[in-house]
Amino acid sequence: MESKTRPAVIGLVALWLVVFGVLPILLLLGASVLTQDPAHFVRLPLSLDAYRQLLEPAYLQVMLRSLKLALITVALCLLVGYPFAWFTARLPAGWKTTILVLLMIPFWTNSLVRTYAIRTLLGTQGLLNKALLALGVIDAPLQLIYTDLAVVLGLFYLMLPFMILPLYANLDKFDYRLVEAGRDLGAGFARIFVKIVWPLSLPGVFAGCILVFVPTMGLFYVATLLGGARQLLVGNLIQQQFLNARNWPAGSATSVVLILLMALMLAAYRLLLRRAATARGPQ
Amino acid sequence: MGADSLLDIDGLGKAYGNNLVLDDFTLSVGHGEFVTLLGPSGCGKTTLLRLVAGFETPDRGRITLDGADLIPLPPEKRQVNTVFQSYALFPHMTVFENVAFGLRLKGVAGDELGRRVATVLGDVRMDGFAQRYPHQLSGGQQQRVAVARAVVNRPRVLLLDEPLSALDARLRREMQGELKRLQRDLDMTFILVTHDQEEALSMSDRVVVMEGGRIAQSGTPREVYEEPSSLYVARFIGDINLFPGTVRDRLDEKHLRLDIFGQTVVAETRRPFLPGQAINLLLRPEDLRLGEGAAKVAPSFGGSIVERSYRGSTLDTTIRLDDGPVLKACEFFDEDDPDFDYRVGERVQVSWVKGWEVVLADGE
Repeated sequence: MESKTRPAVIGLVALWLVVFGVLPILLLLGASVLTQDPAHFVRLPLSLDAYRQLLEPAYLQVMLRSLKLALITVALCLLVGYPFAWFTARLPAGWKTTILVLLMIPFWTNSLVRTYAIRTLLGTQGLLNKALLALGVIDAPLQLIYTDLAVVLGLFYLMLPFMILPLYANLDKFDYRLVEAGRDLGAGFARIFVKIVWPLSLPGVFAGCILVFVPTMGLFYVATLLGGARQLLVGNLIQQQFLNARNWPAGSATSVVLILLMALMLAAYRLLLRRAATARGPQ
Repeated sequence: MGADSLLDIDGLGKAYGNNLVLDDFTLSVGHGEFVTLLGPSGCGKTTLLRLVAGFETPDRGRITLDGADLIPLPPEKRQVNTVFQSYALFPHMTVFENVAFGLRLKGVAGDELGRRVATVLGDVRMDGFAQRYPHQLSGGQQQRVAVARAVVNRPRVLLLDEPLSALDARLRREMQGELKRLQRDLDMTFILVTHDQEEALSMSDRVVVMEGGRIAQSGTPREVYEEPSSLYVARFIGDINLFPGTVRDRLDEKHLRLDIFGQTVVAETRRPFLPGQAINLLLRPEDLRLGEGAAKVAPSFGGSIVERSYRGSTLDTTIRLDDGPVLKACEFFDEDDPDFDYRVGERVQVSWVKGWEVVLADGE
């Protein structure tokens, strides 16, 4: 029985991955080295023009800007998510579940809808401005929407759980007796954090950072809805290249670069995990 | 509170909600002393250790080290180190880094750091393991590193929380000897917590038997074993046989006449008793002597063998007395005595070595 189901299940999963994972990436790779054609999207001959185009200052600027916003989002998520995950992990079991469920509930709503919700909060006539005006804190509405701040806030809000969950999974396993051992040996809380808690939580930190960083680069609708036309991210670039400019090679090349970037980070993460495992043994 | 005492615990009380864990606990520990807190789980022994280490705050009472109040100090400021039950070694640090952790915090660096870590690793026979990680060590080796990590800081008092409980029996006995040797060599004060009576007896200068957050008895291993002050202590430390009876009268300062199962028994005790008082006569399994046939010495009680088990150097026998109680006897094996071994069901006469008995008032 098992000898038949096993290859069947594995085969099904493999087929799924090939059709919806490997094949699209190969198509993307192929399209990225072809020439743009207004009628048929792409045509021969092979060309590296799309990649050459990516090196132009305008594109590099978008790349750097995306990178900057993504890194700020990651840093913000880490700054807020780490203490949150730490204290949640130290709560009694019942409270932990409650907090984690509360964290998950927003996921039941589509993130596009939630991004619109942020618009109604941050808009010139939005809830926040109205409240501040009513309280007399400000005289004229603040320009919140269509700023970098709005984009970062939106990304932060959407991505925070992706930081908290892997961090929580890591910190929940943390042996609190190590903190007592550190104090017993004369270390204060700051030193214990730097020398013991932080290094042991690095796998969780990296997992959280990658989970936040990777989608952040591609969440084009957040930049569109909260940042307006000026806030171009890599995700927007790809969207525009495919849909507006009809330049499939360029869109594909941008995607390929993004995929390579992610692959690189995942490889670094694996390396870190392996090094941690050889030093510390299986946890 | 002796003038030469190092650690003084005075009237310490601690409760978790309605659960009183320590109740008016008072104990003085002298410099260089090896004190063991012995008791079942929940008797407050680990809480006491955590109070001295600073991980818990007492509800009332005082703890002083060298006469200075310890209670306001956080754990990191106390000249006290702990060997944790789980060892709590830092998994991401090598043995060297683990042991160096406390020294670095004190500003020790360079050659001196290397020298002191190497010395203490030598003391616990772990030289050559400095670059290993904790997961690459056996349980016993991890235990040694945990001890090294604590003693390298030269604490005034070293606290050991069931340090050997995770080791197998053979290794445990070996480590008992090593800890005792280390304590003597370093001339350090050790307070050890355990529920293992053998551990307590073999290592300590003084055993403090705890019951429900209080001291049941405190004394040398010999005192608590041979002269238990209560049935609780007697039962907790080793096996015990009970002969219930009543006091008839006192013969002299040292001797008491008792009625036990219709026989008159003269027992040695200096404790005060009233005629007619209900008592228990306590005898350790090794105090009992078994003989075949008719009684040769008095007092002696008839019974039959229920069970016997050969333990190598000793022979353990269970006997049911005709008068009711079931006794355990433990005799050294004598190859020259053909009558030594018994069959189950065989009749025997039970007596004991005169003067080895302990008399306790019933209910004590």
